[in-house]
Amino acid sequence: MNISGIFLQLFQNTLVVLIAPLLVGWVNQCRAWLQNRTGPGILRPYLNLFKLFQKDAVLAHNASPLFRFHPYILFACMWLAASLVPVIATDLPLSPSVDVIVLVGIFALARVFISLAAMDIGTSFGTLGARREMLVGFLAEPALLMVFFTAAAISHSTSLSTIVETLAHKQFVLHPSLAFAAIAFIMVLLAENARIPVDNPSTHLELTMIHEAMILEYSARHLALIEWASALKLLAFSTIGIALFLPWGIAEAGNWGAIPLALVALFLKLVAAGAGLALLETVSAKMRIFRVPEFMGTAFLLAVLGLLVHFLHGS
Amino acid sequence: MTVVTSLLPIDVTLGVIAYWLLLAFAGLLLQNTRTLTRVIFPAGAGGALVLAAAALSSLGGPVNVAVLPLGLPDLPFHLRMDSLSAFFMLLLGAASIGISLYSAGYFRDYAGNKLGLLCFEYHIFLASMALVFLADDAYLFMVAWEAMALSSYFLVTTNHNIPDTRRAGFIYLLIAHVGAIAILMSFGVMQGGHGDYTFATMRSAHLTEFWASVTFLLALFGFGAKAGIVPLHVWLPEAHPAAPSPISAMMSGIMLKTAIYGILRVTFDLIDVQLWWWGVLALTLGLITALFGVIFAAVQTDMKRLLAYSSIENIGIILVGIGLAITFHVFHKDAVAALALTATLYHALNHAFMKGLLFLGTGSVLHATGERKLGKLGGLIHPMPKLALLVLVGALAIAGLPPLNGFVSEWLMLQAFLLSPGLPHSYLNMLIPIAAAALVLASALAGYVMVKFYGVIFLGQPREGKFEDAHDIGIWERLGLGWLALGCILLGIFPVFVILLIDPVTQLMVGHTLGNSAAQTGWLWLTPLEPGRASYSPLILFLIIIVGVIFTMLAVKKFYHGRLRHGPAWDCGFPEQTARMQDTAEGFGQPIRQIFEPFFGVTRIVPTPFDKHPHYRGESRDRIWDYAYLPIASITEKLSALIGRLQHGRIHIYLLYSFLTLLALLAFVR
Repeated sequence: MNISGIFLQLFQNTLVVLIAPLLVGWVNQCRAWLQNRTGPGILRPYLNLFKLFQKDAVLAHNASPLFRFHPYILFACMWLAASLVPVIATDLPLSPSVDVIVLVGIFALARVFISLAAMDIGTSFGTLGARREMLVGFLAEPALLMVFFTAAAISHSTSLSTIVETLAHKQFVLHPSLAFAAIAFIMVLLAENARIPVDNPSTHLELTMIHEAMILEYSARHLALIEWASALKLLAFSTIGIALFLPWGIAEAGNWGAIPLALVALFLKLVAAGAGLALLETVSAKMRIFRVPEFMGTAFLLAVLGLLVHFLHGS
Repeated sequence: MTVVTSLLPIDVTLGVIAYWLLLAFAGLLLQNTRTLTRVIFPAGAGGALVLAAAALSSLGGPVNVAVLPLGLPDLPFHLRMDSLSAFFMLLLGAASIGISLYSAGYFRDYAGNKLGLLCFEYHIFLASMALVFLADDAYLFMVAWEAMALSSYFLVTTNHNIPDTRRAGFIYLLIAHVGAIAILMSFGVMQGGHGDYTFATMRSAHLTEFWASVTFLLALFGFGAKAGIVPLHVWLPEAHPAAPSPISAMMSGIMLKTAIYGILRVTFDLIDVQLWWWGVLALTLGLITALFGVIFAAVQTDMKRLLAYSSIENIGIILVGIGLAITFHVFHKDAVAALALTATLYHALNHAFMKGLLFLGTGSVLHATGERKLGKLGGLIHPMPKLALLVLVGALAIAGLPPLNGFVSEWLMLQAFLLSPGLPHSYLNMLIPIAAAALVLASALAGYVMVKFYGVIFLGQPREGKFEDAHDIGIWERLGLGWLALGCILLGIFPVFVILLIDPVTQLMVGHTLGNSAAQTGWLWLTPLEPGRASYSPLILFLIIIVGVIFTMLAVKKFYHGRLRHGPAWDCGFPEQTARMQDTAEGFGQPIRQIFEPFFGVTRIVPTPFDKHPHYRGESRDRIWDYAYLPIASITEKLSALIGRLQHGRIHIYLLYSFLTLLALLAFVR
């Protein structure tokens, strides 16, 4: 662990926490353009966070300490997850401590906490959201893990840095297993980030909402932290997708000259990923909640198929 | 000083067993609630501490052997303490410290005579489990095994005035004995006609592949009945809710592990050959058990039944590890076999702590509210904050979340899958990723189950009735639960030390260890094989999350004005809200019931619009009852009715039977 590595890690920590709302703003703006709306502007999430931090917090009468404490845990988990993904350079000092399985574990920890917090007040919507979130989660989590396993089996390592280095430095070989994994990953990304067709982040409707139902009782600073954490989660998933399936352009260990280029590459990839996500959301319709298990089951099976293809085919 | 240095761990262990027996009889004689709870149970916990220390010192040390001049003439008891025994003895000691301390507080309301009997059975149970681990001949093993089954039967039926409890006890006793017969027969095959039932003879005997397989299958059946492997699991969801909570904790946390010990002892120690399909069989059975257990846990409405099904799941995970270890060991991939076995043993140890903690937690809930049905609980975090915090640790641990202990063993298990080298069969190679997927699915579902368990009991509002006067846990309960919760945290944060403890066991079983590679980058990082392939540092993760939380809190405190109001819950503006609008346990399990509908025999009673008192009831049945147990029971009944025709109750007909039998025997013998 060297000084430059620590510096880079701190830089990435700061970077992700600052640009996360920008990505959300960009996706929303793209969606607005695709739907022939003017859109709120890509800086809207920052203004929203600023607004929420100005307001007085309102807490339900029977909120327990778990309810008040949860936004901080959620924020810390998502911040950690987003900081762990090697997006600019691969030699992050935290990398040996946290591998891909742990990363999935961190997402699971955050999910369990948000569901518990949703059940804490004891309203009808809160428990409904918690149940649906766990329903999506119990299929999304193994699917995500299987996607990671495919990448891990290719690079013979579960360390994210090693996976990215291996995938980035290979000649452009089309791994059939990775193709399956990529489709599964996109489906997991949509589900985990409460996007259409699984969930709709912009409605408060009993029939559809999952994520929004869980955070109904939060306000002001708590809500701001949760929104920020959701933005970090979207950024984390986008960067994971970039790191696994489009890793080219990342700076190698100790190669400081490559970092500005890596930053530019990351920026362009995120812009493209955000636009792609908005397009996906626009062309698909929200599905019934009972169809979600089928959707997630498909993702899981695709991911397992990917791993199976790797084991049989050897690539 | 010489006396102290010449004390072998096995002597200390025997001392503790004798001490527990003494406490058992003391409990029977005293029959005074105050003395029993304040003196005998804490004294039992002290014995457990000594036992754990002796086991710890014996791990990796020389093998201790002793012969006790007890038992039948010419059949003395052989005792042996090797690393495998020592590891399970450590599990027994460490987990029962917490359970005994908790019992000191929990049983304070029991009447003296009832508690005296319970105390007697409790300590006999402890001593017999320790003897199971020590036994070095089939004779002592079976005696200890039966003592364990009987004492636990009486413990399960403590509240025998309830008919359901008696029924649960009967099922438990029945399956325990069917299992015991299989174990006895497997010992019979292993001794190979020498008539010498010591384990030493069995180790030196050589079995053909056929007879080795027969032995393995009998042992898997017999020990599987005790462990709760599907389809022999049916006693667990009956017996656990019936027993008092500390007893459930003991049975689920520790007694199930005696069966795991038995499988490991027979497979890796007593039989000298292993075949690859044993591993595949164990792996498949383990996966079925794990998935079955967790799916059924998700739809339970009784908190102790839910935990019982969760135990079935965890036993399944442990069996998956055993299956992997056998398969890899057969193909001489001993490094990965050691990894799989380490994960198995680690998970067994973890499960003793987490499940003990959760079962004891349900005991406190039951004590404070008198309610076991999840549908009536809720909101207990307000009157019982200390209990809620301690149970949260156990729930997060068993859901397999970092940085707690359940995650470490799952991580190791997944690494064993991922690092699996090419096996010579292509079907086996295909099985590995599918098995990994099923295991991951089971552990993700465990998170669902634990959110349901914790959320419905502790969060929200009381669904029926008010629990404002529910009292929080007392000092003894806090000590017991605190010990187990501490275990969950420490086992999660310092995995390298635990793996160094497990090393002698894997050395003994598969001739390879994990410790050297696990600790190669220091105790902070856990690296199963090479640092480049995988590493994990729970302590660093834990610290980062803590730092992140504190940093966020400080930043918010610095920049935010901090104004806070309290108001009624918003709930999207719906004006009428009652506590009954929350999800019940059934509601929370509904998606699982819907997705996995074919697994359940679901019966629903749905009201019509004209019902005066609309009543809805949904019930999920275990179909194995209908397809396996009830047919066997009816066949048995028919057979006994047939045999019953021979009985007429007249002495001369019985004399005729004896005469005919004698004639037949004479014809054969001549």
